Amino acid sequence: MLTWLAHLGRAGLSFFERLGRGHLFLLQVLAGMPGLLLRPRLVIQQIYSVGVLSLVIIVVSGLFVGMVLGLQGYNTLADFGAAESLGVMVALSLVRELGPVVAALLFGGRAGSALTAEIGLMKATEQLSGMEMMAVDPLRRVIAPRFVAGFIAMPLLAAIFSAVGVIGGYFVGVGLLGVDDGAFWSQMQARVDLYDDVMNGVIKSVAFGFVATWIAVYEGYDAVPTAEGVSRATTRTVVHTALAVLGLDFVLTALMFGE
Amino acid sequence: MKQSTTLEIMVGVFVALGLAALFMLAMKVSNISALNDEDGYLVKVHFENVGGLKVRSAVTVAGVRVGRVESIDFDEKLLEARVTLKIKRDVRLPSDSSASIFTAGLLGEQYVGLEPGGADTYLKEGDVIALGQSALILEQIIGRVLFSKAAEGGTQ
Repeated sequence: MLTWLAHLGRAGLSFFERLGRGHLFLLQVLAGMPGLLLRPRLVIQQIYSVGVLSLVIIVVSGLFVGMVLGLQGYNTLADFGAAESLGVMVALSLVRELGPVVAALLFGGRAGSALTAEIGLMKATEQLSGMEMMAVDPLRRVIAPRFVAGFIAMPLLAAIFSAVGVIGGYFVGVGLLGVDDGAFWSQMQARVDLYDDVMNGVIKSVAFGFVATWIAVYEGYDAVPTAEGVSRATTRTVVHTALAVLGLDFVLTALMFGE
Repeated sequence: MKQSTTLEIMVGVFVALGLAALFMLAMKVSNISALNDEDGYLVKVHFENVGGLKVRSAVTVAGVRVGRVESIDFDEKLLEARVTLKIKRDVRLPSDSSASIFTAGLLGEQYVGLEPGGADTYLKEGDVIALGQSALILEQIIGRVLFSKAAEGGTQ
């Protein structure tokens, strides 16, 4: 019983310790950002590796998610004689929810895990401490550019996901199932609001980008510098990103759309 | 050097794609007209019941959208709903126009329809439309039909 209590206490303490360290780490990274203005190349390189290389998975998944939405939505809406509203349904579900959330989950799996593994391996092979020896702050040189790049790339990926998804829904709805072309777009334009829907989706994706990259770079930086430690950190990145994104999504949705 | 320019081009293409997607979401998916909320004049109208009318609902004349609902609140003195409409500056309506709340389709969204009157003067900022026809509440209509049916049944 006592050992159980002690175990619980230790787990709680280490949880709070990690939480505190994560936030201090974030502050340090944010403090290291102004220096990046002098070296935009570092950021561009990272945007390539987290953004451009994630493009394929985002575009393909977006297309299929949109197509599935078109198929599923059509069958349900046709029961109510409202098949023309398919465009509204596809666009709203993508722009408000699926675009930011699924893009963030994919981003966590594709780019976040890569970031963690890269930084963790740099730590394990003592590249980070090597930089410190040369009086180069690894937080500024390695972490900050990756953080900024993820922060920039994520909203763009989410927007691409939503746009491709709408096109996928259009292919299935109009091309395959014979929904009226004009009604598809006009109902969508009438019901989707630029501020309430599109902008809120963008705000969501910005928040998710922030959280997902933060988790990824922190887990990498905090990893136990062994092969096993890096692999654990990578797993944690994917799991924590998914949990954080879904939890945050509920909070943001309640704030934005709950009246 | 060659390697790094390709990298820059790729990143440039990626950012351009992202912005293009945002642009498409703004222009094609949502209605960009929300952005240029052109200035208009505000007119008030009282309704006994606004039903499902919402802020930003459409205001139409002869079926053409000429503005939107700016705000809906409760008038404590008259014990009625006070709806503020924003009407486009270039749409001039006779001052004795009347307003009704209609429903698009049987279960569609509710909107305010304006019926132009015949007066020589025009509505201007801050005016109050005297005639406000309330929304049709589906439950009330059903209730009325059921009630009249029951009354018929009683006389037979």
